[in-house]
Amino acid sequence: MSRKRSDFENSFFGKLSRFVNGEYTPFKEESGYSVDQTETERRLHDDFFKEAEWTKKQNEADSYVSEYEGWAETKGIKLYNRLYRILAGVVCVAIIAVLLYTVSMLPAFGNPDNPANNEVPERYIEKGLEETGAVNTVAGMILDYRAFDTLGESHVLFIATICVLVLLKINEEDEKEKKLAESDDRRLEPKNDMILRFGARFLVPVIELFGIYIILNGHLSAGGGFSGGAVMGAGLVLYLNAYGFKKTERFFTMRTFSIVSVSALLFYSISKTYSFITGANDIESFISNGTPGNIISSGLILPLNICVGMVVACTIYAFYAIFRKGNL
Amino acid sequence: MSEIFSGLFTNYYETFAMVLFGIGFTMLFLHPNMIKKIMGLNIMDTAVYLFLAAKGYIEGRKAPIITDGDTSAMSYINPVPTGLVLTGIVVSVSVTAVMLAMTIRLYRRYHTLDIDEIFRIVRKEEH
Amino acid sequence: MEIFTNIPCISIVLCLMSGVICSVLNWKAARIWTYTVNFLLACASFAVLIYTISTGEAFVFRMGHFSAPWGNEIRAGILEAVLAMFFSIIMLFSLLAGSKHIEADVKESKRKYYYTLVNLMMSSLLALVYTNDIFTGYVFVEINTISACGLVAIKDDGQSVVASAKYMIMSLLGSGTFLISICLLYDITGHLLMSDIKRAVGELLATGQYVEPFTMIISLMTIGLAIKSALFPFHAWLPDAHTASTISSSSILSSLVLKAYIVLLIKIFYRAIGWENILEAGINNIIFVFGIAAMIMGSVFAAAQKDVKRMVAYSSVAQIGYIFMGFGIGTTAGVIASLFHIFTHGAAKSMIFISLGGIKDVSHHSTLFKDIKGAGFRNKAAGIAFSVGAFSMIGIPLFPGFISKINYAQAAIEVGHGKMVLILVTLALSTILNCLYFFHALIDLYTPTDIDEYETLDMYGEREENPGFIKARPLYVSAICGFILLNFFIGIKCDLVLELLSKGLGMFG
Repeated sequence: MSRKRSDFENSFFGKLSRFVNGEYTPFKEESGYSVDQTETERRLHDDFFKEAEWTKKQNEADSYVSEYEGWAETKGIKLYNRLYRILAGVVCVAIIAVLLYTVSMLPAFGNPDNPANNEVPERYIEKGLEETGAVNTVAGMILDYRAFDTLGESHVLFIATICVLVLLKINEEDEKEKKLAESDDRRLEPKNDMILRFGARFLVPVIELFGIYIILNGHLSAGGGFSGGAVMGAGLVLYLNAYGFKKTERFFTMRTFSIVSVSALLFYSISKTYSFITGANDIESFISNGTPGNIISSGLILPLNICVGMVVACTIYAFYAIFRKGNL
Repeated sequence: MSEIFSGLFTNYYETFAMVLFGIGFTMLFLHPNMIKKIMGLNIMDTAVYLFLAAKGYIEGRKAPIITDGDTSAMSYINPVPTGLVLTGIVVSVSVTAVMLAMTIRLYRRYHTLDIDEIFRIVRKEEH
Repeated sequence: MEIFTNIPCISIVLCLMSGVICSVLNWKAARIWTYTVNFLLACASFAVLIYTISTGEAFVFRMGHFSAPWGNEIRAGILEAVLAMFFSIIMLFSLLAGSKHIEADVKESKRKYYYTLVNLMMSSLLALVYTNDIFTGYVFVEINTISACGLVAIKDDGQSVVASAKYMIMSLLGSGTFLISICLLYDITGHLLMSDIKRAVGELLATGQYVEPFTMIISLMTIGLAIKSALFPFHAWLPDAHTASTISSSSILSSLVLKAYIVLLIKIFYRAIGWENILEAGINNIIFVFGIAAMIMGSVFAAAQKDVKRMVAYSSVAQIGYIFMGFGIGTTAGVIASLFHIFTHGAAKSMIFISLGGIKDVSHHSTLFKDIKGAGFRNKAAGIAFSVGAFSMIGIPLFPGFISKINYAQAAIEVGHGKMVLILVTLALSTILNCLYFFHALIDLYTPTDIDEYETLDMYGEREENPGFIKARPLYVSAICGFILLNFFIGIKCDLVLELLSKGLGMFG
């Protein structure tokens, strides 16, 4: 009785054994898409044209300038560069000297009697557990005591994404632009790299789980929304690198990005406004701090950490995707 | 003079932070290459975080995560600079991303990373 | 009435939220939403103003459940409320007037992001005005910087991206300096809240500790914010950024963004460091010198330009010089004159930029002196707006610029002999230079030309039906009317404005 499955030839082990015997190369068969030959050619053609046009323009401009900037073009720039370097060195040394002079008079390093160690950190540490319910004092501080700063900070990330979109987003309707950006991307994409794919298959789930762990334990141990979100974003980027846009676009598109980050930021703003206003007007807030040390505790800190984590993960992925092909 | 040096030696973390700050500042200010400008920006920001981290440190104390129910302020370092560093890191990540996007755009348009060269081309185009 | 104290907090968060919402709306809805929000903000700030006038004192709003040195705080007095109201009005008018130009300059897929950026910028402006915490100030300074760069770069041609990169680099140098100065200040005082810093600084200086680091900190802080507000030697980014962007952005950048940093600086001087400590350290004299230099050099550069838009941008450098010069005088009268000049310049310069958009439409899409000849006849609304703005900047009576100059002269007379002569001479010189270049533009604007040779294209490059004349667009014209009314209001009701400012400054201390 043969224990071989009927489709052994196409199964994982079958392929592996053939791969070991050198009968099979995964690069040909596994490619999810083939590089469109004509498109690449057209792109090169385009590039060539652009380059030619560019040099022509440059030459025209150069000849125009050389009429009245002859000296500046040749010797001037050399002299200028040398002077510039010396000047840069001088500026650098001057700035450092002035700052060092200041530093030498500052309070001593590691001294418990420094002015910064006053009643403010004292209360954060001594009362923090009771007032915010967060074991991690830093999380309690940035998400409860000084939450307004952090509210601004998460919007900094959002606005950076918007700026990157403004600078690099391609027009979806413009077919030519879109194809160009896609073929541009394909030049740089690793083509079905075996090691990367296998590595990613094992690493991505672990990385994502680790990111979730960091976010959920932000109020209990070192970590929080920002670091966890960055880890999750890195995992997504790894996945994208290994499997390409076709795979990631099944679960992460512009729409996903908008929905996740907008709802997270809105939840953040609304819940924090609620807590600002109840706090300022001395109204009893219905959010309780729970038992410090439990996962579900410390009032708003856990949900806010989750929100921030989602925003950061989406943003990191969005940066990478937009840099690569001008869209999500 | 000797006071200054002894002060610098006691605050050696801050000293290095300031040296890095100066280098980063100059790079951001005067280096013509866009990518190196961005590196300078990151060096500068990191120097500030090093400075803040050094400022929060208190000799012989632990990270500010309450362990074993010990809530005495005498056993933990100052959490405020840590919080400021967190905020600062996010800001610098965002700014770096925007600068990189600008660099990509400029490179696509002008085929160079040298910002002086770009200014030169722009001036020529205006004529 | 207590309920009014919630307004500053709600308006900041409302702006943040509407920025986020605008990024998912379609651009027309985003535009209407932004107008509505800005209108609401103006009304709300007016309510805060009335409230603070009626109570006669500033109020502190605790952000959250924890009071002063532990939690964040924002603070509003008369000055803050007036500034917030002014900022939202200027923002609203700039957006209304430039809406067609935004449509023409910004690609359709990116238009909603324009409004996103505008909303987030507005939130940062409000936060900078209201903040009572120096680190909150830093965070919102960064939001302001990034959104301002986005507003420049969104026009999407090579020039605007280059200008935006230049702007970003200079701004980052400024924020780096500002951040390190905050860290140093935190190190020697142990606080981030302005009023506590002031108390700690008082104690330190009384015992004579950390005097040199303290001077260094103030200088770094001033340099950082001066780079961001384009004080003379650091002005290099300004003309490019203001020239390359679409007109709404130019107007917002010149009249709001620069001013917000100045407001933050004056807030830090008064509330965090103490004005008397600034005077003692002599920082105001350095600011004074740079201010005087900026007044002259900005005007000289402006007079040398061939492009009107660039000329107006350089004129902003000179006007920023006026504002810093006023702080440098070192008396309360000087500071009030500068605060008044913030309003004067904000109202006039934004209007000039808006009018230049209209002039550009009827002058071969260019604002060079040789192309704008006779544009005042071809686009009447823009011509009138430019004239009003120019008269105000020159300082002709009835216009707010005149009151500004009178204020500066009066403040100068009260101080010592040396400064007085210098200020008066510079004022006179600067006024002459202002006359020189603004009248140059005005004369060109109203030189009769053969209208037929100007084929008037609208912004989409299509021919207008009536050659030579541009259709009066109701939004553009009404926004310009609003601007003119605002200018005349500040010019004629100057007593009211000055009284509010001096009362507001009194609440600062």
